[in-house]
Amino acid sequence: MKDNKGAGLKHFLNKESTAGVVFSLPFIIGFLLFMVVPMGISFYYSLCDYNILSPPVFAGLKNYIKMFTDDKVFSQTIGVTFYFALVSVPLRLIFALMVAMLLLNTTKATGFYRAAYYLPSIIGGSVAVAILWKRMFATDGVVNHLLGIMGIQTSFAWLGNKNTAIWTLIILAVWQFGSSMLIFLSSLKQIPVTLYEAARVDGANKFSQFFKITLPLLTPTIFFNLVMQMINGFLAFTQCFIITQGKPLNSTLFYTVYMYQQSFEFYNTGYGAALAWVMLGIIGLITAILFATKKFWVYTEGV
Amino acid sequence: MKTKRKIGKIFYHVIVCGLGLVMIYPLVWMVMSSFKETNTIFLTAGQLIPEKFVLSNYINGWKGFAKITFATFFKNSLFIAVVATMGTVFSSALVAYGLARCRFFGRRALFVAMLLSMMLPAQVLMIPQYLWYQKLGWVGSYRPLILPYCFAIQGFFVYMMINFIDGIPRELDEAAKIDGCSYYGIFSRIIMPLISPALITASIFSFMWRWDDFLSALLYINESAKYPVSLALKLFCDPGSSSDYGAMFAMATLSILPAVIIFICLQKYLVEGISTSGLKG
Repeated sequence: MKDNKGAGLKHFLNKESTAGVVFSLPFIIGFLLFMVVPMGISFYYSLCDYNILSPPVFAGLKNYIKMFTDDKVFSQTIGVTFYFALVSVPLRLIFALMVAMLLLNTTKATGFYRAAYYLPSIIGGSVAVAILWKRMFATDGVVNHLLGIMGIQTSFAWLGNKNTAIWTLIILAVWQFGSSMLIFLSSLKQIPVTLYEAARVDGANKFSQFFKITLPLLTPTIFFNLVMQMINGFLAFTQCFIITQGKPLNSTLFYTVYMYQQSFEFYNTGYGAALAWVMLGIIGLITAILFATKKFWVYTEGV
Repeated sequence: MKTKRKIGKIFYHVIVCGLGLVMIYPLVWMVMSSFKETNTIFLTAGQLIPEKFVLSNYINGWKGFAKITFATFFKNSLFIAVVATMGTVFSSALVAYGLARCRFFGRRALFVAMLLSMMLPAQVLMIPQYLWYQKLGWVGSYRPLILPYCFAIQGFFVYMMINFIDGIPRELDEAAKIDGCSYYGIFSRIIMPLISPALITASIFSFMWRWDDFLSALLYINESAKYPVSLALKLFCDPGSSSDYGAMFAMATLSILPAVIIFICLQKYLVEGISTSGLKG
């Protein structure tokens, strides 16, 4: 009897439909426990007056209304973050594409070059690099020293000026173009050589080859990169948090850092939760806009 | 014609090489500075090679702060990164197999959920998860840094492995089934060994991400003996706590060493991971 039961269980577990669920169980649990539940809780808190110390009091849309009508810093961080993303992402993609084109003709040193260009994007997100960056742009840092060697004596405070501080972060972001470069490199290699040969026979020069063949065929890759990096650009945290802390005068205050400050420094947890939800909305909006423009400039085969 | 081509070639290498040097200059500068005498670093910032190579920065930096040496911080980081990586790679493989090879009720919904989880960034979840882990009493422990990853919540890895499993012929599964192998046997004896390249790629990325992770350590770890390297380094370098830039650069250099070693030894897997899964997304 006991044996029979064991065999029955074994048989049940080995049915395709059961096995599928068993294998997927980690994700089912993880998704519910670490994504759905937290998002649900935070949605409730975003509708409350809540500051960790005292219990939450339901307040309706108060937090959201405050954000859009009575919080100058909020609109400022949106501006800063969009500026950062809209400048750094296209620059990074242009660099990535240019270098990928350069590395396309293989020489003995290509492996080495590829490594040199790719290394910064491997470690660029680390605290070590953020600290290094902060010291590089200090008044007595390496940037001013190198300018001095080139004949421009200066002790300019790059991080203290509200026009240049954001650019130190943009340069840091552009510096990490390596992974986009690799993606471009692999899709450049997939463009059939015959297309270029045909173009050459027709008398097209390198310039028009690039704009008529290479660029259109790369648009799907560019699109993918653009979507992913606009989102990531909007989410940058560590670099801003360590290098500038939003200074000077909130001119580099990224949205995520502001969210952190509201929740963990000012203890406006309910407000922070509302900020997180608005961020999700903004990311959705960016993605939707990019997808809406897709049909105007992204090349799809066979259409 | 021949000389013209040669000049062109030299020109090409000068440009590519020069640009490459600009790219890695900041890193080389940091490493070199870590061997300079600490009070000369910024006086000689424009000069790359130290006049005198000293190791004192490494010795001073290693002492850490609050009587805790960097040995502890490195041990903490290693523990977190290794355990979280093993958890995430194994659980992702399980889920990937289930989604790739079994037909069951709710499979499509799970697939959509997985794509959603790829789209939902950690920064959006920062506050929601904090509130939830606080309720669970996890704040102050390593649980928020490790446990969630043991439940395949990084859809990126699952997606990569599904693609890999799709490339394995189903005939292998069928043959094993006829020989009396269960789904669990197929997974452990056939699929796991065959997807090992994907497992390695996922392990590398996961390890580096966990090692670098600063935000969750900042949120959840509040006891200095438990700090991972990323957080310890940040506090070590905060103005006020230290102005020993030599020691700072020395510890910063050590903290990126694991990533650099992985990069040098396993570059092939990294490049493959980026160019294949990046394209398929």
